[in-house]
Amino acid sequence: MKEILLRFVIGGAVVSGFAILGGVFKPKSFAGLFGAAPSVALATLTLTLASDGRAYAAREARSMIVGAVAFLVYATLISSLTMRRKWKALPVTSGLMLVWLGVAFALWRVCLR
Amino acid sequence: MKIQVDLSAIIETRWYEYAVRFLFGGLITAATGIIAKKYGPDIGGLFLAFPAIFPAAATLMEKHEKEKKEKLGMEGTKRAAEAVSTDAAGASIGAIGLSVFGLVVWKTLAVYPAWLVLLGATVAWCASSFLLWELRKRM
Repeated sequence: MKEILLRFVIGGAVVSGFAILGGVFKPKSFAGLFGAAPSVALATLTLTLASDGRAYAAREARSMIVGAVAFLVYATLISSLTMRRKWKALPVTSGLMLVWLGVAFALWRVCLR
Repeated sequence: MKIQVDLSAIIETRWYEYAVRFLFGGLITAATGIIAKKYGPDIGGLFLAFPAIFPAAATLMEKHEKEKKEKLGMEGTKRAAEAVSTDAAGASIGAIGLSVFGLVVWKTLAVYPAWLVLLGATVAWCASSFLLWELRKRM
């Protein structure tokens, strides 16, 4: 429980820090880079390194590459659907999380399993 | 367009918007730890690139843009959708940088001190994202 709480606090702080940083930049396309900042990765890997060691963290980082490719697909679809069809942000960004999950697990199965 | 820094955005952001980002960031980091413990680092690692706060951030941005335009007596829905689209296009470039981050950590963690690896990977994310953003701008 203590470890989960620690992850929550550190993760929340790092994610907030990158979000604040992204918020101060213009133009919007540049600020958008921070929407895919390695905030969760930095928080998680720091704690994983302390609790489970280097080999474990390196395996997480390897899978993260696949997750990032899924993120690329996810963000590209959002950009396209909101621009062309003017769909609302919340249903598009939430619904497409299923696409992230699908792409991430499919790539993991094909490339890493 | 040149990159500019506008610190007024920090003051204009409402407290609950920071709270939402903290909450989602904290939840996904905690959840990633739980998933890795249950299913191992190969599955858990996928979630290091999970777009956890993207829906919240995009919704807040859409709301801000709409309000801004409506204050000027204009219809804000179209502008808000364009702002979300532009932000997502930036995030897609950042996601490529995110894969570079993962690659650097994976390949160098066994050799170099952990702090140096995480620092180097963050610099690699910054540099690759910035370079790709510049390239796209010129295309």
